[in-house]
Amino acid sequence: MDMQLMQDIVNAYGPSGREQTASDVIRGYIAPYCDELYNDVLGNLIAVKKGTSGKKIMFSAHMDQIGLIVLDIDDKGFLYVAPVGGVSPLLSVAHEVMFQNKTRGVVSYENKHKKLTEISMMEVFIDIGAATREEAEEKVQIGDMAVFVSNFVYMGKRVAHRTQDDRIACAIVAEAMKTMKSDHDIYAVFTVQEEVGTRGAGPAAYVIEPDLNISLDVCSVGDTPESVREHVKLGCGPTVKAKDNSVIVPMSVRTFIKNAAKKHEINVQDEVLRAGGTDTGAIQRTRGGILSGCISIPCRYIHTPVETVDMDDVDAAVKLVLACAEEKELP
Amino acid sequence: MLERLKVLSELYGVSGDERRVRKYIREQVEPMCDEVYTDNMGNLYAHKKGNGKRVMVCAHMDEVGMIVTGILDNGLLAFSAAGLDSRAIISKRVAVGKDDVPGVIGSKAIHLQSEAERKTVLLMKDLNVDIGAKDKEDALKYVKPGDYISFTTKFSDFGEGLFKGKALDDRVGCAILIELLKDTYECDFTAVFTVMEEIGLRGAQAAVYNVKPEVALAIEGTLCNELPENPRRKSVTKLNEGAVISFMDGGSLVPESMLNAIKDTAIQHNIPWQFRQGTSGSNDMGPVHIGLAGCKTGVISVPCRYIHSPVSVASKSDFENVYRLAKAFLRDGRFNEV
Repeated sequence: MDMQLMQDIVNAYGPSGREQTASDVIRGYIAPYCDELYNDVLGNLIAVKKGTSGKKIMFSAHMDQIGLIVLDIDDKGFLYVAPVGGVSPLLSVAHEVMFQNKTRGVVSYENKHKKLTEISMMEVFIDIGAATREEAEEKVQIGDMAVFVSNFVYMGKRVAHRTQDDRIACAIVAEAMKTMKSDHDIYAVFTVQEEVGTRGAGPAAYVIEPDLNISLDVCSVGDTPESVREHVKLGCGPTVKAKDNSVIVPMSVRTFIKNAAKKHEINVQDEVLRAGGTDTGAIQRTRGGILSGCISIPCRYIHTPVETVDMDDVDAAVKLVLACAEEKELP
Repeated sequence: MLERLKVLSELYGVSGDERRVRKYIREQVEPMCDEVYTDNMGNLYAHKKGNGKRVMVCAHMDEVGMIVTGILDNGLLAFSAAGLDSRAIISKRVAVGKDDVPGVIGSKAIHLQSEAERKTVLLMKDLNVDIGAKDKEDALKYVKPGDYISFTTKFSDFGEGLFKGKALDDRVGCAILIELLKDTYECDFTAVFTVMEEIGLRGAQAAVYNVKPEVALAIEGTLCNELPENPRRKSVTKLNEGAVISFMDGGSLVPESMLNAIKDTAIQHNIPWQFRQGTSGSNDMGPVHIGLAGCKTGVISVPCRYIHSPVSVASKSDFENVYRLAKAFLRDGRFNEV
């Protein structure tokens, strides 16, 4: 993995529905490696690398991230917010946020009536250092979105960042595009609005009509102390999804991915995700049905400020994407 | 437009049983359009052919209500409801079935309630509709399971510049959409009066397939929780403060280009407007913006106090301003900017 590429893609601003900055960063990295590159009507970034077989494989990763949207600005310049995607009020408080125009702020809450553990998003606000509504409105408008600021935490092979979900997968697809070899047309699709209900992927797949889609996302793990029981562990390879709340992956697709992994001696794990859905399902139900599967990057602490992945899994996922693309026979 | 709203508000049209509303709208719009048609779900399409972008504007015909699920031996009707708060429907007058059989939703008189009962919320399953039948056999002469149940609230003026009535969500949208059809626009324009919005945005899923819009707009009646006095983020909108412009709700995020186009239209034409300062609730634009290849959508609404109840309240000026804003957006060809 090109670490600069990973850092730039993971750090880019891009809450659901406002992904343009993230899209531009990804575009910069993959432009030299594709024949066509465009944003569709919803903002999905679509990169095409032509093949000769007449078949189409789509690799999709969502580029949106969770965030906060400004609902109201009070007389003293505090910004009240609603969540964009699955944001925990508890995990928002005491964190730094950033708006598209780089305005910084910190998150806190109304502490008169409730303890921190009891709050809802209604009591959460952003302080951008403004003293009045007018001063705040010079920097931020109602309807603007903020994302959580995060630094990379390098812990040997393991790396934490608030936005591993799902920019690490965007970085994997972007990295794979550099050396992608395939007989088939390759569509690398960086989707929008996954975090608010897997909205972007379906329309992208509708237009592309792939013969096979493979989504890349993160999945939760069961290898931390006293965690919810999950089969997947960090550092044991990317996973081949069997099921999540949005999809049951057809056996033919799972076998296809596993066979490709075996040929290239890539370790993979089976994944049954307990909670949450992914673009995989939205794509499966497009048009008359599309063969759709998912490779996941095991990730600790999803939707918290310290989403942690193992770089061995990340590198293996890049290889697995390349291995799938090289397969001549599609499921 | 207000006269038409009165008629629309008083028509019975619970989700899945929109035929009365559809019939009325059809009569109104037929002289103004190139073609008027329905689909298998019951959506009504009013098409004004033109060159340029395919633009679709939606308002939903259905309202919240109830359906008869069974008839008890004593002649009372059991029912189920969607989108209604059981606390809001007790002691209300209703009309049942295609013959509009009058009924009331009864409950135990306060004298007979224990201390505990007074503090307990009655659920739908605890409530029945009384149509005055002697017993089950008698009731079956007038109604049957599957019949729709609708509130009978009359529409009227209210206070200064306000009106009250049932089903303002979304008959305000229907009335505005009919009015919009009087004009011509530089696009291929389809007004869609959708069905079954209140039970899961169902009609719009077929509409997007049939119209294949490039740009779509919903005209809605929306939340206005300003009584008692609430901070703006809890009231969502305020009465008399103008047309409501959405940036995000539970079903869709309005793209920046669309948000700016709508906002700029309001500013340019001096039309009072306000943001919808809440993100809960959804509308037909949810399925529309991600139907087929996707399209650009926006939502303009009339604030309505007490929606999803037997009676709601809205303002004439807001109603007028939503119409003006939607019309200006279309007349100015703003759909070409998004």
